[in-house]
Amino acid sequence: MGFFLETLIGGLMAGMLYSLVALGFVLIYKASGVFNFAQGAMVLFAALAMARFAEWIPAHAGITSPVAANLMAFVLAAAVMFIVAWVIEYLVLRHLVNQEGTTLLMATLGITYFLDGVGQSIFGSDIYKIDIGMPKEPLMAFEKAFDGGILINQEDLVAAAIAAVLVAGLSLFFQKTTTGRALRAVADDHQAAQSIGIPLNRIWVIVWCVAGIVALVAGMIWGSKLGVQFSLSTVALRALPVVILGGLTSVPGAIIGGLIIGVGEKLSEVFLGPYVGGGIEIWFAYVLALGFLLVRPQGLFGEKIIDRV
Amino acid sequence: MFYRENGQFKTSYKADQQIFPIAQDRWGVLLIVAFAFFAVPLLADEYMMRAILIPFLILSLAALGVNILVGYCGQISLGSGAFMAVGAYAAFNCWVRLEGIPLIAALLVGGFFATLVGIFFGIPSLRVKGLYLSVATLAAQFFCDWAFLRIKWFTNDSASGTASVANLTAFGFDVVTPLQKYIFCLSVLVVFGVLAKNLVRGAIGREWMAIRDMDVAAAVIGIRPMYAKLSAFAVSSFIVGVAGALWAFIYLGSWEPAAFSVDRSFQLLFMVILGGMGSIMGSFFGAAFIVILPIAINIVLPVIGSWVGVEVSTAALTHAEQIIFGALIVWFLIVEPHGLAKLWSVGKQKMRVWPFPH
Repeated sequence: MGFFLETLIGGLMAGMLYSLVALGFVLIYKASGVFNFAQGAMVLFAALAMARFAEWIPAHAGITSPVAANLMAFVLAAAVMFIVAWVIEYLVLRHLVNQEGTTLLMATLGITYFLDGVGQSIFGSDIYKIDIGMPKEPLMAFEKAFDGGILINQEDLVAAAIAAVLVAGLSLFFQKTTTGRALRAVADDHQAAQSIGIPLNRIWVIVWCVAGIVALVAGMIWGSKLGVQFSLSTVALRALPVVILGGLTSVPGAIIGGLIIGVGEKLSEVFLGPYVGGGIEIWFAYVLALGFLLVRPQGLFGEKIIDRV
Repeated sequence: MFYRENGQFKTSYKADQQIFPIAQDRWGVLLIVAFAFFAVPLLADEYMMRAILIPFLILSLAALGVNILVGYCGQISLGSGAFMAVGAYAAFNCWVRLEGIPLIAALLVGGFFATLVGIFFGIPSLRVKGLYLSVATLAAQFFCDWAFLRIKWFTNDSASGTASVANLTAFGFDVVTPLQKYIFCLSVLVVFGVLAKNLVRGAIGREWMAIRDMDVAAAVIGIRPMYAKLSAFAVSSFIVGVAGALWAFIYLGSWEPAAFSVDRSFQLLFMVILGGMGSIMGSFFGAAFIVILPIAINIVLPVIGSWVGVEVSTAALTHAEQIIFGALIVWFLIVEPHGLAKLWSVGKQKMRVWPFPH
């Protein structure tokens, strides 16, 4: 029982991390109808920027306090992501208005290659570390309830907390601010939003920027866990089942989908994996998502798809 | 100019319904095929054959298969790499386990098993649509990646996990040198090209297009969505499977599952989108573009670098290749979202009415 709970909690934590990446997908899809394959590349780009700035600031600006350096690196990386968002909107999205979903999808794949290339040219292609002082040692919990207690990775706990704060912040931003209301309006109906004077282009820049910052947070957490390297961009592929399971248009869906996928992956790997040779995590997530889709084709919380002739 | 159908009168239904109703098209295609069979072997050297022509032929075949599913039936699939892998490994198992099986038979068996897997992973398409489906087809991709890596039986229990074939012969001819391989691939491609062209202009092709344009409306006028979608998955994955077997047997010779990773799926989809969805011709354009572009970048960049006096390192070259590739794709999608085949047909139309604009 203790082992099962330990796996379960590990899965929930991993799920929160997937949700972070999935959130970026959902934000952009909701606001612009673009299925943004470049989210993974954005995570890598942001993490690379953050890692290198955190390295360069103490070396060149003479700031020695790690907290200040990390904070400045974060702000600078956020600024970089803003520029990326603006450039993407200005050079790509603006010219692809009203194109089919497939074309937009392919365009974001092009952006993926571009960002991967640019990021590694500017910031280098070695493995870098992000050290934001996450506690590394595991934590024992519920020692009274079970023999030996349950091992919980503190790092994961902090990451999950950051993710939760981010989601709460985003919900507040979407529900309570004027910009948030404009974003929701655009998500609902492009034309109607435009007709009451909401500037579409600015909204797209904002939403790509928000997605960029989400990518930065995701990149920071994933980067401090795994190191910043090229393979970081493949977290997008890990997050895709989360997005379709939760529904492409739903922020809570991304969170709950992430939790389901995280738990499903961990439990399958631990309890099913040994029988079939292990390494089943990644395809199991997709099959799990596919199973849910067969029951609800629009994902758990997605808007109902209505076909009209 | 010369491209006109003036004076070409059709006097029978048969003449009216032939594949290329315009005489210039007919002769043009025949000329291109004859050129590919007889002139190219004389003109191209071995490097050209090995590095450009053979991959181009095989990937055009794969793109043709993907185009049937994505372009004609409108079901976006990111699992094409998996179907290629299934074709390759099924053909390989056939080749090693059945003594003396002809090469063509092994390739077709590869295609057959790819068809089975394709139909299986196509079943969700009856319920799941659009972007959800495209992500769901990634399940096929990752499952196959895993299966061919972990289940040793598929690779004939080889210690390194690589599968390899050698000493290929077809119809009593060796398929060993680049020239022989080129001719073999070209023959297969021509056969499948004609088959595909005929399929998409027949009843079944029209059903696929109806499903693509509006599946509910298609169902209302009596097209069975299940039959149409699954047949598209079947035909597409058969062709892709044969292409996968060719890729493994002819081009690679010995290969690992990584040869058919998700990147391959994306690459095939790029070919279809850049070449032109719903166009047989477009598959060839797309394949040519995607095959030649990286090679061209690799050749041109160091030259430009030497002009401005900069030594281009390998890492910088890889990154520059990514940047240019990505930028070109985006640029292409913006300038011509309907692909190279659209440019081709616009060009033909202009020639037909020349010197008048309409």
